[in-house]
Amino acid sequence: MQLNKHYLLVAVAVGYLALVLFIPGAAVFYEAFHLGIKPFLSAVSSRDFIEAVKLTVIIAAIALPLNVIFGLCTAWVIARNQFPGRALLMSIIDLPFSVSPVVAGLMIVLLYGRNGWFGGFLENIGVKIIFALPGMVLATIFVTLPFVAREVIPVLEEMGSEQEEAARSLGASDWEIFWRVILPNIRWGLLYGVLLTNSRAMGEFGAVSVVSGSILGKTSTLPIFVEQAYKNYHTEAAFGAAVILALLGVVTLVMKEIVERRVHQH
Amino acid sequence: MAGNYLTEMTDFTSDKRLAKENKIKQLLGKISLPWTITIGYLILILLLPITALITKSITLGFEEFWRIATSEVAMSAYEVSFLTALIAALINGVMGTLIAWVLVRYEFPGKKVIDAAVDLPFALPTSVAGLVLATVYSDKGWIGQLFAPLGIKIAFTRLGVFVAMLFISLPFIVRTLQPVLQEMESEVEEAALSLGASEWQTFWRVILPPLLPPILTGVALGFSRAVGEYGSVVIVSSGIPFQDLIAPVLVFQRLEQYDVAGATVIGTVLLIVSLVLLLLINLLQQWGRRYAVK
Repeated sequence: MQLNKHYLLVAVAVGYLALVLFIPGAAVFYEAFHLGIKPFLSAVSSRDFIEAVKLTVIIAAIALPLNVIFGLCTAWVIARNQFPGRALLMSIIDLPFSVSPVVAGLMIVLLYGRNGWFGGFLENIGVKIIFALPGMVLATIFVTLPFVAREVIPVLEEMGSEQEEAARSLGASDWEIFWRVILPNIRWGLLYGVLLTNSRAMGEFGAVSVVSGSILGKTSTLPIFVEQAYKNYHTEAAFGAAVILALLGVVTLVMKEIVERRVHQH
Repeated sequence: MAGNYLTEMTDFTSDKRLAKENKIKQLLGKISLPWTITIGYLILILLLPITALITKSITLGFEEFWRIATSEVAMSAYEVSFLTALIAALINGVMGTLIAWVLVRYEFPGKKVIDAAVDLPFALPTSVAGLVLATVYSDKGWIGQLFAPLGIKIAFTRLGVFVAMLFISLPFIVRTLQPVLQEMESEVEEAALSLGASEWQTFWRVILPPLLPPILTGVALGFSRAVGEYGSVVIVSSGIPFQDLIAPVLVFQRLEQYDVAGATVIGTVLLIVSLVLLLLINLLQQWGRRYAVK
């Protein structure tokens, strides 16, 4: 009786997950390959697709290191200092998670767009931010800002500051302390944050879409390529790109699992 | 940040103050780089854009703002957004609790994989989610074809928006609840049962009360995410006003039509809603912590 009830609950839970998550997840792979590998290969060898991959990688390659530097600094500031407004600062850092990506994109348009605050100035000096790479990078940075700090703060807090103080009293410079003492201690937490940042940076659609103008072959990232291809009834191309992004997601999940285990060991 | 230290310092007597001052000077000399980067980056990336949005709203004037914010299209978009997100978050509140419970308490084959796969909506880009939900829940899709004979269309209707919001908000509830369940000991339940409480009583009186704060936190997080969601919904819905047009898609449409004022006003409304939700979530978390201490 008891056992039956357990099975019933498990069945309901797994059934719901299947309906909402797993069947759609499996369908990405089925739709991409159900006609064989050929439509997939032709989809991923098109010029627009390759341009989209390039742009996606470039954006992540700029946004990720910047957010890592910011995340490390902020985590240190919050974990190692007591100051009024500390809780507020933490809430501010989390803000991008609660703001709709479209609103994030809109803000950047209002700032750097033609009629925006800096629009006139930028036009004069001939720099294009909206409908171009810089705007897309800014949007990506905005939506991925909290990840690194969030993951590193608890690790730093747990680590305590004794080791740093010991190193300092032994004459180590700030730089040495960072590389030799702090970094080895926070490496798994940092890696976790980097994984999450990268996955969101490569997968961000809404915010980037608002500032990009979605020009195929020019300002279209992989997630935007998926939408554009689908809208233009190139379903195979859409699923070809979707499967690449889904694979990235699966790899992220697997690595996350591994890193999570390491974090809990320490 | 020096200002904060200065106000603190006034409390000290003079000799202590001198020592403190020297220490602060040392500290400031050392901590200035991380502080500068943190503050500078936050201003550039977060505060400046938010200020631009709010300033733009203010320059429109209150009457104009109110007219756009309460226009018929906007009101119907809020209704679709908030109501659908609320229903999705509440259903996931129940189903997510069940899933978390099953994942923490029971053993069954494939548990680890299923547990890891709950994060799928975090890992899958929203446009991919929209694409695949539109395919699976369309009339001829794997799941959509089961509903089509009943006359229920899911993709490209309000139900499509609902399914996308279910998808996107589910992990928030499961992941908020799991750690709390892991810490909850089953002895209390066993004690209640052995004292003669029925299973029903044990659930309502013993298990549920301490879980309520994290469940509500998860529901609020999921709701907040669903309200702001754009990518999956824009693909799985048709974006027709008064039918399945949500507020973030309306912001996007307004921008496409070069109606910056319209986009700004509805965007500001969404921003205010997310700030209120953020505050609510913080309060819920505090409530949860207090519960945990008891």
